[in-house]
Formats: sequence, structure tokens, C-alpha cells
Amino acid sequence: MALSENQTERRPRAPLAPWLKSILVTLSSIAVTMLGLLLITFIIGRVMPIDPVLSIAGERASKEVYEQVYYELGLDKPVIVQFFYYLSDVVRGDFGMSLLNARPVSEDIRRVFPATLELATLGVIMGIVLGVPLGVVAAVRRGSWIDQLARVVALVGYSMPIFWLGLMGLLVFYGILGWVGGPGRLGIFFEDIVPTRTGMILLDSALAGEWAVFRDAFSHIVLPASLLGYYSLAYISRMTRSFMLEQMSAEYVTTARVKGMSERAVIWGHAFRNIRVQLITVIALSYANLLEGSVLTEIIFSWPGIGSYITTALLSADMNAVLGGTVVVGLIFICLNIFSDLLYRVFDPRAK
Amino acid sequence: MTLLDVQNLWVKFPTRQGIFDAVRGVSFTLGKERLGIVGESGSGKSMTGRAILRLIRPPGIVEADYIRLEGTNLLDLTEKQMRAVRGQRISMVMQDPKFSLNPVMRIGDQIMEAYLLHNRAGRADARKKSLEMLEAVSIRDAERVMRAYPHEMSGGMGQRIMIAMMLIPDPKILIADEPTSALDVSVQRQVLDIMDALVKERGMGLIFISHDLNLVAEFCDRVLIMYAGRIVEVCDADRLHDAKHPYTRGLLNSLPRLDHPRDRLEVLQRDPAWSDAPSVGTQE
Ligand SMILES: Nc1ncnc2c1ncn2[C@@H]1O[C@H](COP(=O)(O)OP(=O)(O)O)[C@@H](O)[C@H]1O
Ligand SMILES: [Mg+2]
Repeated sequence: MALSENQTERRPRAPLAPWLKSILVTLSSIAVTMLGLLLITFIIGRVMPIDPVLSIAGERASKEVYEQVYYELGLDKPVIVQFFYYLSDVVRGDFGMSLLNARPVSEDIRRVFPATLELATLGVIMGIVLGVPLGVVAAVRRGSWIDQLARVVALVGYSMPIFWLGLMGLLVFYGILGWVGGPGRLGIFFEDIVPTRTGMILLDSALAGEWAVFRDAFSHIVLPASLLGYYSLAYISRMTRSFMLEQMSAEYVTTARVKGMSERAVIWGHAFRNIRVQLITVIALSYANLLEGSVLTEIIFSWPGIGSYITTALLSADMNAVLGGTVVVGLIFICLNIFSDLLYRVFDPRAK
Repeated sequence: MTLLDVQNLWVKFPTRQGIFDAVRGVSFTLGKERLGIVGESGSGKSMTGRAILRLIRPPGIVEADYIRLEGTNLLDLTEKQMRAVRGQRISMVMQDPKFSLNPVMRIGDQIMEAYLLHNRAGRADARKKSLEMLEAVSIRDAERVMRAYPHEMSGGMGQRIMIAMMLIPDPKILIADEPTSALDVSVQRQVLDIMDALVKERGMGLIFISHDLNLVAEFCDRVLIMYAGRIVEVCDADRLHDAKHPYTRGLLNSLPRLDHPRDRLEVLQRDPAWSDAPSVGTQE
């Protein structure tokens, strides 16, 4: 008897494995953030002084038509129920119809987002490839001409209005020198040649082996991407420089020198390893900024991306499109955050 | 036998108020012995140690008639030749292992790196050597420590790892710059004993830098007393209590002593003339 009693005795619950716990924490924080974002877009949609019924049914709709649309939209239900409708729509990727062109917003986003992704990705790659080494060298050779140059480059990047730089770039490299393609993603002769797979023309044309299209697409993207790359470079190089300065005065750097390591190995093998975590955060931030903040660039270069899509929608009071675009941009931010968080755990042994 | 011979060493830093001399004409020699350098904070002990390894970064300047390591003047070497000296012939253990080990590298990789830099060997060989070295500094579960990161180690463990790492290329001289100042009192002794045993066993020269006169007196054969960038006195450790210089006397008198308990310790009186007097020369 005593034995069976012993067996049924409540054992303390097994503690969760640390990795499982950290995944659960991450997942729930994503869920909460997403919910908050959707709540905000939902509230914005409600408080905007735009009557969704009127914008669908038309300004002079009859009372019957008005009420029919009113019920169809579920506006007679309590707000909380409406929110759940909204949630389930968004989860299924349904952002409603665009009032401007009567197409599903999700379809529009699927079309415009790859354009932005392509541009921002190329931009941030330029920013990393040039900005990280520039920042490292500026820190290591503090006060040298390279450091001065890096300072000027960053200062110009911080203070020059992007539309001015963009217009000057177009004027010089397109208008005068003719080195690059003009506004838009492709020259008119190259449109509709390659099938859309990813929506990113560089990738699609490369996949299709259409190198003429690829070259044309490249000549169109190179200027706006350089512009974004320049801003990204300004930020990344400054941050890299200050991270490296901090590390180069650390004692373990002296240890590495005492061991007899070359300066290059000290810099890249020891100091640089210690800034990877911070650098990832900075790069993710810079990338996110390019993804949502390239509105002006997209407008100057007639780039049909998500920035110009949201702007156009905003100007024509197309709320579904605005909110759909906002949700997507927010989602990108969250994803990049999670991504940098995960890498943090990989690169910093102290984070475990 | 003289391992190291330093003659008229100066370390200068340009500042806004003009040139600041951190080390002012220091001369000494080091044989297969334990040489202590004592002095209060800021007296130039660390800069002396780092100048020998030519680790003073610009705009700091190192000048000397010579710094001879077994006959070769280190000041004549190129930076590349100097890298072969560092680690392999002269090595250094610094104050706090919390900062002197790279926080994002496994301890094993850091030790193996020190070995591989100076030896043509494979990783397996380096691993074996590292394990042996860790055992030599009395680390029991060396395998686990190799895989661990510095933050998982205690201070005493960290400093023993530093010693292992710095001795693995088999240098002739070890500079230990306040190696126990950051450690718990309870483990200071142990770390010192391990270091001492290894230095003896390998027939090395040790420069032991400390602000703790008691520790140096007990632990070293010979002591240099530094004040304001100069050596004011050189004496054998066991004759320290016969020291003549008023600064040394002052240091001695401001130490609490068990054999002569006193109500209050003397405050160190300084005479500006001490810093103007020339350095005491080598006594061999
Ligand atoms: N980079 C530097 N620039 C100017 N002064 C320095 C620099 N590094 C050290 N010093 C000065 O050199 C003097 C000696 O320093 P140090 O050798 O570290 O003293 P300690 O005897 O405490 O080890 C100190 O007064 C310190 O302020
Ligand atoms: Mg010091």
C-alpha cells in the first residue's frame, strides 16, 4: 500500500529545457507584438474620418445600398467582434480590397513588395561591404586621412537630403553621362520578357538566363540602390568605428599582441569577433529602415515599391491599402528583430 | 647569466601640456631570477613592462640606449621580428583575467592559438599541448575548460588559464603585471605558487610587478623600487628592511606588520627631490 502511495505522490513538475523555454518566450513575444501592431492598425482604421461604407458604395448611395454594405462589412457587430473578424482576415492574408483599383490589397503588395526588397537588399549589401571595412579601418587608424574621409562621408550622408542627392544623381549619371538607366525598374523594350517568379527582376532574369534583361535591370537599380547604400554606409561605418574603438582598447587585444599576433589578426581575429553582435543589430536596423523608409527614393526613381504604394494610397485615402502596407512593414521589422536576436544567441556565448 | 639588459629606458607621452615622461631613464638587468618592481600606482611599472615588449602604442614613444634580450637589441628589430619575440621569448600576464581573455572565444581556442603562432604543428598536437599545459597549472577537468568560455571561469581559474596560455610557447621571460591584484585573497597564494613553480622549473626570468611590498619581499629575489618613473632603490628582497631610501622606508612603514603592531600607520611623506634624482643604476 505504502508503495503505491509513494508512486502516486505528486512529483515536482519537470522544468522546461532552457532552449525550449527561450523559444517559447520568443514566440509569445512575437505573438504579442503582432497583436499590438494589428490592434493599432485596426484602431487607426476605425478612427479615421473616412466612412468605409461610403468609400465602397459611393457618395450618393441609396439608404438600402448603404445598409447592405454596412452589414456586409460587419459594422453592426460589437467592436471586439469586428477586431476578431479583422484578425482572421489578416491571418489569412486578406487585407480587403483596394478602393483605388478594386483589387485585393494582398495582390498589390505581392507585386510591389519584391521591388522594394530588391532595392533595399542591394542597398544594404553595399552599405555592409563598404561600411564595415571603412569603419574598422577608421577606428584602427584613428585620426588618419581614412578616418577623416569616413567622417566626411558619414556627415554628408547624415545631412544631405535624400531627394536632392537622388535628383543630382539622376541629372549627372543619367542625364549628362548616360551611364545608368533612368527612372523605373526596366527600359520599355525589356518589359514582360522574363516570367515573374520572385518578383525581383535581377533574380528572375538571372534565373531565366536573360542576361540582356539583367543588364538593363541592373543599370536601372544601381543608382537608387547606391543612394540607399550610401545612407546605410554612413550609419554602418559610424557605428562600426565606435564599436571597434571600444574593443581595440580592451585588455584582451593587448593579450593577443603579447602572444605575437599580427595586427591584422588582432583586429579581425579578436576585436572584430567581439563587435559582431552589435553589428548585426545595426545592420538589421539599417535594413529595416531601407525597407520601409525608402519612400522618397522610390518616388524620385519611379520605383514601384511598397513605399510609393503606401504613399499613393495615403494620398487617395485608400485605407485598406495603407493599413495592409503598414502591417507588412511592421511584420518585416518584427522578423528582422527576431533574426538579429537569434544571431545574438549564436555569436555571444554570454547570452546563453 | 643575463637574459635581459635594459639601459636608460624612457617612455614618453605627448600631451597638451607638453611631453609627459611616464618612465624616466630606467636601467636594470634580469637573470634567471624573480625580479620585483614595486611602486605606487602611476609610478611607471606597467609602462616599463610594456615598453620591453614594445607594446606602447603611438603617440607614446619608447627610447632607450638598448633593450637587450640575450644580446639582441629589441629596439633594432622590425615589427615582424618583434612578433616572434612576443609570446615566444617574452610573455606577459596581465592584471584581470576577466578582461584579458577574449570573451567570445573558447578558452581552448585561445590557448591553442598561442601555441600554433610559434610552432609548426597541427591542431591535434596543439590540443594535446594545451591540455598538458592546463594540467600544469592545476586545472583538473581540462577537457571541459577547453570548451568553456571565459565568463564561465572564476578569477583564480582565469588567471591560471592566462598563465598556461602565456607559457605554452615556452618563453624565457615572463612579465607578470599585478597578476593577483584582481583576485580573491583566498586564491592569490595558490596562483602565485603555481606561477613560481613553473618559472623555476623552466629556468625562466620573472619580472613581477606589484604595488604590494610585502608580497614582493616574500616572493622575489631582488626588488626595484620605482617612484615617478625612476628607480629610486634596488635591493635584495631579504634585505628590504635595511633599505635606505626614504621612499622605500616610507612604503615599509606604511605597511601594517604583525610583528610590530602599531596604533596608526605612517602617512607616506614625499620629497620633490626624489623625482629629480637620477635613476639608480644596475646592481649586479
Ligand atoms: N596613453 C597614455 N597617455 C598619457 N599618459 C599615460 C598613458 N598611459 C599611461 N600614462 C601615464 O603613465 C604613468 C605610468 O603609468 P603605469 O606604468 O600604468 O603606472 P603603474 O605603475 O600604476 O603601472 C601614469 O601616470 C599614467 O597616467
Ligand atoms: Mg599598472
